[in-house]
Amino acid sequence: MTEVTMTVNGKLMRGEVEGRTLLVSFLRDQLGLTGTHVGCDTSQCGACVVHVDGKAVKSCTMLALEADGAEVATIEGQADADGSLNVIQQAFQDHHGLQCGFCTPGMVMSAAALLKENPKPTEDEIRHYLEGNICRCTGYHNIVKAILAASGQEAAAIAAE
Amino acid sequence: MPKDHGIGASPKRREDLRFLTGSGRYTDDINLRGQAYVHFLRSDMAHGKINGINTRMAEEMPGVIRIFTGADFEGIGGLPCGWQVTDKHGQPMQEPGHPVLAQGKVRHVGDPIAAVVAESREQARDAAEAIEVDIEELPAVIDMKAALEDGAALVHDDLTSNLCYDWGFVEENKAAVEEAFQKAAHVTTLELVNNRLIANPMEPRVAVGDYDRADDESTLYTTSQNPHVIRLLMGAFVLGIPEHKLRVVAPDVGGGFGTKIFHYAEEAFCTFAAKQINRPVKWTASRSEAFISDAHGRDHVTKIQLALDADNNFTALRTDTYANMGAYLSTFAPSVPTWLHGTLMAGNYKTPLVYVNVKAVFTNTVPVDAYRGAGRPEATFQLERVIDKAALELGVDPIALRRQNFITEFPYATPVAVEYDTGDYHATMDKLEEIADLKGFAARRAESETRGRLRGLGINCYIEACGIAPSNLVGQLGARAGLYESATVRVNATGGLVVMTGSHSHGQGHETSFPQVIAEMIGIDESMVEIVHGDTSKVPMGMGTYGSRSLAVGGSAMVRATEKIIKKAKKIAAHLMEASEADIELKDGQFSVAGTDKSVAWGDVTLAAYVPHNYPLDEIEPGLEETAFYDPANFTYPSGAYACEVEVDPATGKVTIERFSAADDFGNIINPMIVTGQVHGGIGQGIGQALLEGAVYDENGQLLSASYMDYAMPRASDVPFYTVDHSCQTPCTHNPLGVKGCGEAGAIGSPPAVVNAVVDALRSAGKDITHIDMPLSPARVWAAMNG
Ligand code: FES
Ligand code: FES
Repeated sequence: MTEVTMTVNGKLMRGEVEGRTLLVSFLRDQLGLTGTHVGCDTSQCGACVVHVDGKAVKSCTMLALEADGAEVATIEGQADADGSLNVIQQAFQDHHGLQCGFCTPGMVMSAAALLKENPKPTEDEIRHYLEGNICRCTGYHNIVKAILAASGQEAAAIAAE
Repeated sequence: MPKDHGIGASPKRREDLRFLTGSGRYTDDINLRGQAYVHFLRSDMAHGKINGINTRMAEEMPGVIRIFTGADFEGIGGLPCGWQVTDKHGQPMQEPGHPVLAQGKVRHVGDPIAAVVAESREQARDAAEAIEVDIEELPAVIDMKAALEDGAALVHDDLTSNLCYDWGFVEENKAAVEEAFQKAAHVTTLELVNNRLIANPMEPRVAVGDYDRADDESTLYTTSQNPHVIRLLMGAFVLGIPEHKLRVVAPDVGGGFGTKIFHYAEEAFCTFAAKQINRPVKWTASRSEAFISDAHGRDHVTKIQLALDADNNFTALRTDTYANMGAYLSTFAPSVPTWLHGTLMAGNYKTPLVYVNVKAVFTNTVPVDAYRGAGRPEATFQLERVIDKAALELGVDPIALRRQNFITEFPYATPVAVEYDTGDYHATMDKLEEIADLKGFAARRAESETRGRLRGLGINCYIEACGIAPSNLVGQLGARAGLYESATVRVNATGGLVVMTGSHSHGQGHETSFPQVIAEMIGIDESMVEIVHGDTSKVPMGMGTYGSRSLAVGGSAMVRATEKIIKKAKKIAAHLMEASEADIELKDGQFSVAGTDKSVAWGDVTLAAYVPHNYPLDEIEPGLEETAFYDPANFTYPSGAYACEVEVDPATGKVTIERFSAADDFGNIINPMIVTGQVHGGIGQGIGQALLEGAVYDENGQLLSASYMDYAMPRASDVPFYTVDHSCQTPCTHNPLGVKGCGEAGAIGSPPAVVNAVVDALRSAGKDITHIDMPLSPARVWAAMNG
């Protein structure tokens, strides 16, 4: 067991982990941050996406020890302290960008990373950026629409109902 | 002006707040004090005889609490099958046992052999690797036709063959169908495969068993679409726990698509083991495990023939299907290729004679059961493909051929035992022609050609049957369950309502849409209504969510219970206003006396029900809570017309979906936003089936497509924006809401449109191609073009 320390959603967190403990297990099992999900074991689905030092990372693919000393952001830290949703979360709700909600935390975190890199992505850029995020419920239509809307682009004009 | 409230409005989903902030409560998020973890040792062989299992070394491994094998389940029931099909000779299907842990033999890759319960997940997994199993490999049967040959290895030694049943429908029509084929002016024949799929909800299955020794009570938390059904099946048939000692909870569930309907071995195991070791036991499937343990879908091999007269009227239809059951009968497996498939073979057309034959076959593969659409996509695909092929052979327009044969008068009794109550197939086709801009196709095709791409247009219709019912009929057809739904509506003293519904929401948004109905009925704000579902200790009874039944059946039960509430509330209001009950009207949350200005508010009446000082106690009891069970009179029959435009790159065979349009008739609609989302999701899965997905076994029964590296799930870049319209509405005539169901339509209606479009594209380049089997991978399309 080795001690790890990381800042998660702005709070300093400490824990003991085995060498093989994945970051996602540390977040879910030790810190109780169950908003980050596990949808696969081959690093393909993106349900587990969090930000590590500002970059989108699949937390099922990173060891907890590798995040020692890092700044980690998860879905639990995205809304404002008063509970109001951030722009991306709000756009997902407004445009019905989620159904069962299982892929949603990863989608929101990936979208945040995309918009940081590319504040006004095209439809195509969004679809390609989401290559590593699988959603089985929505057929992606409303997810893409929500991200366009979150980027301040007129989603309705681009996406037919 | 769209409504902002009640039926027909699209309020934002209230469940989104928890899902968007990471505060959903999925089964894997549940951790109980002192819980142990189970890891299943699964067969890596498709078929084998178990000679011995040595757990001694594994038991010594750190953290191991107990190891279970099939021997621990001797004398305990196996997993039951919920539907008994009768074959064409009137005999019951062959029904093999399905042990919780393998006994004597393993029958598919993934069959659980042993279960290690340990202090941690890792310790359980490590110890499972130390179990020594001595299994003698037996020849595996994978191909359905080979499985039926004389001398084929038997999946179940106690059965006479690998044939589960040979079903004929409608057997009495068989001779007349033959005769119509003799007389036909034209016969079109098509052989095709409906590819085997894996549902892949993004949340893998999870089960947490708990046991309370003091009360002798078991609790199971599970990723299920129908917790009450699991309680009944597991309690009554497997573990022998009476319902009042067994609680099943399905909290937030991350998608189901059918594969979370069924009762699985892992659920029974965790419930059983928790009692044995007197500690909670948790199992979380890895995705790799899901691929070899979740029931698969589809997997039909079919030959269909359509007979037409000299005027191109359909005169008869005949179809022969081999349907894969896999190694065991999953909960509803036998019903899928029969009653959910054969009854839909008339489609939208007035073909007077139809005969359906289905041979269900055991193979050494994962069990196959319902997946989004369940039987109806298989029916629609073959029917709409054979019609397109007929249009090609006859040189007629595929839309005109369909229109000419549409059913136009309702109610319509089909030759396959069902009666469509309403529909307007010309209207949805008209709407499709408009929204898909079919007039503009020629110009778009010309433009694609300038870029060296082949453009194709595929259209098709579909009919579906939702809310399978009524119970007394499905009982005759072999269902071992009722197919009603229940709801309890509890009104609190201060006027708020709680609805306890047997429907389960795992993405469908019931917490938002169900309150819209009540808000409309009473004239109050939706925020006054709370929905409770997914817990057998809170909801009296439920048959769950599948077959697009929630609103049509569960919503109707809620309406019936609310009607009872309103009736009683009117009595109370009449008493309060000293008026006659017959004169009381309820509007906008106010009870008034017709023709006067007297009124009392909803909240005054509900308060009176619980503080009955001024109350008709001699006539009615205090309190305001009602339960209703609703058993529908018939299925509902949504229908629609879909169009797909593809581009094919002739150099690579790659297909891209350029446009996809859907015109559906779902009857009345409660929440258009949610309905649109359901159609989008269905289309996404249908495109997945048509272009990408396929579960592939090698001849030894190894699943080659057992991870997301090998099983191609549709990604955002594989699909376009869809154009969806549901303004054509012929309300269902037999449920109080006039709703039909929308959950599966997209998955049913879209695969034939895609394949029709690709065939059209290739033919535009002069290729004489009439069919390609799904998934239309670049390799298959390229081979078809260059073969
Ligand atoms: S769980 Fe991390 S990519 Fe699937
Ligand atoms: S909303 Fe269910 S997987 Fe995306």
